[in-house]
Amino acid sequence: MNRPQTLFEKIWQRHIVAQEAGFPTVLYIDLHLIHEVTSPQAFAGLRARGLRVRRPDKTVAVADHSTPTLDKDLRLVDDLAAQQIRQLEKNCQDFGVRLYNLDSQQRGIVHVIGPELGLTQPGMTIVCGDSHTATHGAFGALAFGVGTSEVEHVLATQCLLQHKPKTCEVRIEGQLARGVTAKDVILALIAQIGVSGGTGYVFEYSGSTVRALDMEGRMTLCNMSIEAGARAGMIAPDDTTFEYLAGRLYAPQGEEWERALADWRTLPSDEAASYDQHVALDVSHLEPMITYGTNPGMGVPVTGSVPDPQQITDPNARAALIKSLNYMGLQPGQPLLGQPIDVVFIGSCTNGRISDLRAAAQALKGRKVAPGVRVLVTPGSESVRRQAEAEGLDRIFKEAGAEWRWSGCSMCIAMNGDQLQPGQYAVSTSNRNFEGRQGKGGRTFLASPLTAAAAAVTGCIADARRLLV
Amino acid sequence: MNAFRSLTSKAILLPVDNVDTDQIIPARFLKTTHKEGLGKQLFADWRYQPDGSPKPDFPLNDVRFEGAQILVAGDNFGCGSSREHAPWALLDFGFRAVISTRFADIFRNNCLKNGLLPVEIDPQTHSELMGELRAAPDAPMTIDLERQQIALPNGKMATFPIDTFSKNRLLKGMDELDYLLSFEAQIAAHEAARPVHDR
Repeated sequence: MNRPQTLFEKIWQRHIVAQEAGFPTVLYIDLHLIHEVTSPQAFAGLRARGLRVRRPDKTVAVADHSTPTLDKDLRLVDDLAAQQIRQLEKNCQDFGVRLYNLDSQQRGIVHVIGPELGLTQPGMTIVCGDSHTATHGAFGALAFGVGTSEVEHVLATQCLLQHKPKTCEVRIEGQLARGVTAKDVILALIAQIGVSGGTGYVFEYSGSTVRALDMEGRMTLCNMSIEAGARAGMIAPDDTTFEYLAGRLYAPQGEEWERALADWRTLPSDEAASYDQHVALDVSHLEPMITYGTNPGMGVPVTGSVPDPQQITDPNARAALIKSLNYMGLQPGQPLLGQPIDVVFIGSCTNGRISDLRAAAQALKGRKVAPGVRVLVTPGSESVRRQAEAEGLDRIFKEAGAEWRWSGCSMCIAMNGDQLQPGQYAVSTSNRNFEGRQGKGGRTFLASPLTAAAAAVTGCIADARRLLV
Repeated sequence: MNAFRSLTSKAILLPVDNVDTDQIIPARFLKTTHKEGLGKQLFADWRYQPDGSPKPDFPLNDVRFEGAQILVAGDNFGCGSSREHAPWALLDFGFRAVISTRFADIFRNNCLKNGLLPVEIDPQTHSELMGELRAAPDAPMTIDLERQQIALPNGKMATFPIDTFSKNRLLKGMDELDYLLSFEAQIAAHEAARPVHDR
């Protein structure tokens, strides 16, 4: 009998191309997703060396970071952004890489379309020049973000040199209360372990809460693993996973599906497998979460208040909190509820899928956006956009006074013109509240789509549970 | 990639924890299709006033540190986005090494691929180093990669970890892709051995 293995170890093992003592592992990559921002220098590197893309059939490209969302017209973004998108088109054409261009019905945020198209599958190794690649781990894949040099390595060899990361089981137990979502769970986890709590580790999320989440909730959870510093986050595949994948465009079909399924069922961690580290989180009394500071670990229940630096003993942590509150313009001890806001952003690879839009629409239905508040709803993909329109969600958003956009990263990273003005406050369903992330001088509160919708109708940070009848 | 053996230089102190790559190089500067020229925009939002003039109290704008090749930062440096533009910007500004008590995983990888040395030291040595630099801001210090050692301005020595492969590569200025390309036969064999639906 083989030594008991974790999900991560099984996938790692299968992808070892070469391993010599004292050298990093040569690890095979099954799926390489690329986008316009982190790939141009990698293609330039290939050209300089006269190399080809080794496996264009395992490479998929889409422009998402700086694409326009008002319409698909490139004249809507600045010249540099347009040039970068055209460069991606040229690179894909020159190297024979499949590209979902601006006219494609299947385009969208790279981490939304991978799963939608069935490209993302259990047991795979998946990389992308983007730290939120961990999203795909929701399917029981080993998926992580890489830099542009590594994008070039994968383009050229379909492999990466990797040191084996450590494993950490994140066991989440308890039934989520009404109005509490996967986003609140991940914000609570990061608040508990901090933004470097997962550095050096791959997380495997387990426990009753995780099993009960649908695939979209699982993607939200895995997506923000990097915000705790973890290299990747993954969840053992189960029937929920297989039901989601069945019939998707690039999922195996017929007999191949049956063979794949039999294989995928062997992936979950063996009962006796051991991890390097364990973290436990009980979410049975969890409330909706919101951040108050300038990193995703600075989060509290929405009914909580801004921490007081005077009560923090560690001098570095105190200095960091003072710096954050200064940037955010918040007072120590101030309750978060009632804090006025200017903008609400609903979208991103964290919370731009159909269930996220349904949740936001549920809170906005028959209500109006508060006067003076700008609400941007950006679906995660064109497919999500069509589905939302078929369900009439776009009408709910528009009748409430929100802007209904084309898909893309939009105000999560503020590269396409969708951005906060200096000093503005936003409640955002995205993943990062770093200084200036949503526009220079902009101030971000991270929250779930429900909490974001509640902020839209009240004009301030609000408890969404009061809007649910 | 330039080789890295040892370096003696003044150091710039940036005593902030959890510096994310959005601060190192804000996203609006990622629309370039080149690696060069990002040094001007390094720490742009901390370094410049809204009118574009340098903020006098930001350490990178202090003339005493001109030519410094070492950045001493707080814990968990380089967290957040995977953008390799962060080490490109640090290198383009003139840095060859960053000292911290911890580096974010992707940032560390990106540094090592570009010849920017991430030097991880224990919190006690780090705090001593910060004290030294506060007392004598332009005192030079030395980083010796061969010995995996740093010499504080007061002469005290401390060691730092680095994996053997990255160390040898940096010492020789050798690119990782050349090494990876030498595995072509093994890669092809691996592909051939995969189940058909997986190839």
